[in-house]
Amino acid sequence: MKILVVDDFSTMRRIVRNLLRDLGFNNIEEADDGNSALPMLRNGKFDFLITDWNMPGMSGMELLQAIRADENLKNLPILMVTAEAKRDQIVAAAQAGVNGYVVKPFTAAVLKDKIEKIFERIE
Amino acid sequence: MSELNREDITEEVAEELKGHATALKDALDRGDISDAMQRIAELGEVRDRSLYREVGRLTRSLHEALRNFEIKAENREQQEELSKMADASDRLDYVVRLTSDSANKTMDLVEDTMPVASNLREEANAIREDWGRLRRREMKPSEFRELYRRIDAFLDRIVSDSDRLHGNLSEILLAQDFQDITGQVIQRVTSLVKEVEDHLVKLMVMASDVDRIAGVVHDDGDSSQEGEASSKGEGPQIDDSQQDVVSGQDEVDDLLSSLGF
Repeated sequence: MKILVVDDFSTMRRIVRNLLRDLGFNNIEEADDGNSALPMLRNGKFDFLITDWNMPGMSGMELLQAIRADENLKNLPILMVTAEAKRDQIVAAAQAGVNGYVVKPFTAAVLKDKIEKIFERIE
Repeated sequence: MSELNREDITEEVAEELKGHATALKDALDRGDISDAMQRIAELGEVRDRSLYREVGRLTRSLHEALRNFEIKAENREQQEELSKMADASDRLDYVVRLTSDSANKTMDLVEDTMPVASNLREEANAIREDWGRLRRREMKPSEFRELYRRIDAFLDRIVSDSDRLHGNLSEILLAQDFQDITGQVIQRVTSLVKEVEDHLVKLMVMASDVDRIAGVVHDDGDSSQEGEASSKGEGPQIDDSQQDVVSGQDEVDDLLSSLGF
């Protein structure tokens, strides 16, 4: 399982990476916004994407929309992990086709739960 | 005080205008056009005079407000402090750097600590298993000698590893000292922002005074571009008691399940 973690703060990427490692995922790459993530996704055969929303350059929402519009990537499971907590935004992300939504600050248990749910639904 | 003065002036002007207006009406009633023209000129003069006076007053307060913007620095020490303060964004960058350093230091130590803890647990588990066999008298003498040696080594390791765990935890504790410094920096920047805000409000009041005397009415274009959930994101919500903000993961889950997730 190859996972891409996208967040503009390296600290957050490191936390997510550590939690993923605890869950048994070791093949993890990182990007700091949508602009750097998109080419990696297009060339890298990723199985799962975890992305923040609010990032300079290309935001997580724009990345989500770009992925759903891309013939080769549109089925990629996406978990949004973000401090964006407005109801409108969560609804908008759901409508844009996100597979899960975790608000920061979050716990290891919540992250694990959401990741497992996403894969249950896919299988 | 200036508030009171201004009202006095407005009243005085209103009286004068009323006087001239009555005289103008009388003149027109009498059909005395030249007197009427004279009255109109006088009306204009009252208007101009009050306008000049008001502009003078506004100029003075504007001047004062602008001077207040330069926060007074009396001695060298204050000046130094202010030149640092003035660069609020630098100070906040410093906060970002400090918190990030601390987070990374903490994570370094956690990453160093976790394997130590899990190795101790593994070794303790293995020894407990053999210890059980020994108690059940299932152990050959050669195995016992081996266990004896392992327990000896394990006790040594517990001492050195728990020292390491303790040391790492103390360092993690110390890595939280950023809170003190960043707290102070943020408080300073906050008070600077408040001060600037106060001065801006005063300027706004003055600008609306200018509008009032000059009789300018603004067309308040469409200043609201809200509604649409911005794809750029809005940043963390500080106040989760607001209706349109979720207060935690449970509410996110409820909302999503109501949408069929």
